[in-house]
Amino acid sequence: MSSDLLQLSAAQAAAAIRAGEIDATELFAFYRARAAADQLNAFTWVAEAAATAAPAGAPLAGVPVAVKDLFCTEGVPSQSGSRILEGYRPPYTATVVRRLAAAGAPLLGKTNQDEFAMGSSNENSAYGPVLNPWDRTRVPGGSSGGSAAAVAAGLAPWALGTDTGGSIRQPAAFSGIVGLKPTYGACSRYGMIAFASSLDQAGPLTRDVTDAALLLRHMVGRDANDSTSLELPEEIRLPRRGELHGVRLGVPEELTGSAGGIDSGVRASFEAALAQAQALGASIETCTLPHAPHALSAYYIIAPAEASANLARFDGVRYGLRVAGDTDLDTMYSRTRAQGFGAEVKRRIMLGTYALSSGYYDAYYGTAQRVRTRISEDFRTAFSAVDFIVTPTAPTTAFELGAKSHDPLAMYLNDFCTVPMSLAGIPAISIPCGLSDGLPVGLQLAGPAFSENALLDVAYAIEQALGFDGRPALSAGGAA
Amino acid sequence: MLERHQVDHVARLARLELSDVEADRMATELSKILDHIEAIRSLDLAGVQPTSHVVDLVNALRADAPHGSLTPEQALAAAPEPTAAGFGVPSPGQGAE
Repeated sequence: MSSDLLQLSAAQAAAAIRAGEIDATELFAFYRARAAADQLNAFTWVAEAAATAAPAGAPLAGVPVAVKDLFCTEGVPSQSGSRILEGYRPPYTATVVRRLAAAGAPLLGKTNQDEFAMGSSNENSAYGPVLNPWDRTRVPGGSSGGSAAAVAAGLAPWALGTDTGGSIRQPAAFSGIVGLKPTYGACSRYGMIAFASSLDQAGPLTRDVTDAALLLRHMVGRDANDSTSLELPEEIRLPRRGELHGVRLGVPEELTGSAGGIDSGVRASFEAALAQAQALGASIETCTLPHAPHALSAYYIIAPAEASANLARFDGVRYGLRVAGDTDLDTMYSRTRAQGFGAEVKRRIMLGTYALSSGYYDAYYGTAQRVRTRISEDFRTAFSAVDFIVTPTAPTTAFELGAKSHDPLAMYLNDFCTVPMSLAGIPAISIPCGLSDGLPVGLQLAGPAFSENALLDVAYAIEQALGFDGRPALSAGGAA
Repeated sequence: MLERHQVDHVARLARLELSDVEADRMATELSKILDHIEAIRSLDLAGVQPTSHVVDLVNALRADAPHGSLTPEQALAAAPEPTAAGFGVPSPGQGAE
């Protein structure tokens, strides 16, 4: 029975519970045991039992969800991967977590992440790195690395992540699963410990596209507690498309040429996926996003600038760590932050504070905001000629632990293909499209704002045609 | 290129105590990142409006109606130094500006 449970996707598990074939309590206990035996360091906390039974007739039927650490969960550790929040248990729960629980997806556990979501390898966590279930000497990607590894290894049926510049899509690609960053505003940010507020967006990490649609359906919508949240023009539905006749897929020269440093194995897998899409009826066209090569620079001004303001709240006064001794208030602030934050977080706070400081504001932040406008315009122009943009999700497959942790800039270049969509606020999905030297490669598809249903349909059609097999990670597992 | 004295100034603004070794390393690392970022300053962006946010928001106001919130006990539960009057802090002392 147990191995059968592992083979079920989350949507299949929900259907089996509704049909009376399996029991929600049994499913929870099955995944709880796997999460508790985690050997990948994917979890920072695992629930003893479902906090509440799924309401009768709940659409998600009791299929539990793993949640990235930075979502506040009442009474449950919510540390955002940081020492400064060690042991912090918030007095309230993030809107998307609350919505999922109401729809019948109870909290399974909290997943490891890069500190305050700053990173592309999960090596910046104060709670240790996460291992990739495809090869434990490699990173799972980041910052939602714990969520990605947990889903890929079958330690959780599905998981929540957040994406600021690629933090859902890149770990999904490295771990051979599906990751969706919705249109900015689709999901409430209330209760997400903020990194860069104009970019942060919650989204699903799942085994397949259908699960991503199902989870997203119960996350989205306007929330009075987040004034930037929006009602989507239509309900998220389950994808069903089998062919791609009349669909125009645009390959942007700037993100797929030599500038991005795309590895040859990744390129081969990407091109094979495009050939499959073409066989399904899609047309593959070259398009251009002239300012996309500058997206990374704009991003590494805007995101640290917003982070430097958001992280000012961690000062040893209201919650979390305090390093005091016999000092005055100002020294307490500086020492608490010095001991509470890790190296990458300090780097970004410094970068952001510098970019916003007197005399530099317009040269850096003002310029970056204008580049952001140009990038949005580039996408708008591109979408008048093509329906979706396709790129590899990341320039390489999962790299070895420690390979880039001493070179911040090399680490940032991981986000080359994912950052432009974040700056434009448009939805993008990564689906596994093959293996290169035994490691998963991700295919990124991006569409205009609010095109989630069409995007999921196209991703689903390609997924069905590719027939990617994620079972090696599932059976190699992370559970003892 | 970021000089060491600039790093010290920014660290002070950010309320971040850096050791000598950390500050020197920060100067090198940030300079390398800034060198990469500098390229966007050569773009012609005359007349381009800045984007602070992709969602066009106009006066997102809620009704001015009273509603429940955290109790003082809940709000103080995670504080390093809760007091009867609120959050306790060290004296502003000489570091105050």
